[in-house]
Amino acid sequence: MDSVTLKKLKEKFSDSIVDTHSFRGDETATVKKEKIVDICKFLRDDNELLYNFMMDITAVDYYGREPRFEVVYHLYSLKYNRRVRIKVPVPESDCTVDSIISVWIGADWFEREAYDLYGIIFKGHPNLKRILLYEGFEGHPLRKDYPVKGRQPLIGPKN
Amino acid sequence: MPSNTANTDPRFGEDRMLTETVVLTRLDKAIGWARKYSIFPYPFATACCAMEYMSLSMSPYDIDRFGALLPRFSPRQADLLMVIGTVNHKLAPVLKRVYEQMAEPKWVMAFGACAASGGFYDNYATVQGIDTLIPVDVYVPGCPPRPEMVIDGLLKLQQKVAKEKWSDWPRGEAPVTQNQNLKIKI
Repeated sequence: MDSVTLKKLKEKFSDSIVDTHSFRGDETATVKKEKIVDICKFLRDDNELLYNFMMDITAVDYYGREPRFEVVYHLYSLKYNRRVRIKVPVPESDCTVDSIISVWIGADWFEREAYDLYGIIFKGHPNLKRILLYEGFEGHPLRKDYPVKGRQPLIGPKN
Repeated sequence: MPSNTANTDPRFGEDRMLTETVVLTRLDKAIGWARKYSIFPYPFATACCAMEYMSLSMSPYDIDRFGALLPRFSPRQADLLMVIGTVNHKLAPVLKRVYEQMAEPKWVMAFGACAASGGFYDNYATVQGIDTLIPVDVYVPGCPPRPEMVIDGLLKLQQKVAKEKWSDWPRGEAPVTQNQNLKIKI
């Protein structure tokens, strides 16, 4: 049985919802990446939802599957004590997704982290550069095709 | 019985003054002896091994007994660089800079498995042993090492310091372990 969140999402964005899933109160909606900013704005501003807390953004590499990547957003409503998970499939050929900084400013460093470790480009991000690794690191180490024994050359002192 | 038998021994006679006031030794030996009991460590603490360093410096183990307690948090005042914990690639230039800022004579202790070899962090982010960056004098294994082991390492370092000669310093270009075969094409 769908809760109010998934019901409202299906009503409002019927053509953008790929799949929904609910297990023991753990709700997930898989949506098309073109609509992610609109969906986030709706989840934040609708009076019955009010997902005002963007808890986490991360990514998953389903190597060998198409679309290969998935960006995962975890949202929380402080007012209604509800959580929802939004998933956005991202193909390797067009490895981009719109930035949601305009919706939640806290998305800044999460998107930089996902870019750093998975190489997913967040369009519209004002400062999309590596956050954990250093400038000059080649590749994105949490991709499944990054070699396990891959080593980067040591970097010297910067003067 | 008198504490100094030379005082009463008639064979020494006029040389009595000499035996009480003069010690003959080699200068490098005397300086080595002085250096080994006044090692000021710089704790380059990055990870959980630093907890063991705290235990080491507190009274139950008390490395002040060996003259190595006083931590100097400026590398310019330190003699011993204790690298305590994991060093990743992003930190590598910082460690190298700290080592280069220390005045000679200087020594390095790799404290714990991570500093000595990378430990179990065999991955893209971790330096596989700090001897790929700077020369290391003493390795203390363990995850983390027991304070007794660190004291053992410190005593080994003291033996090494005592044996050093003038010609050992300055060291010049650092002899660093080459680790070329770890580089795999991305």
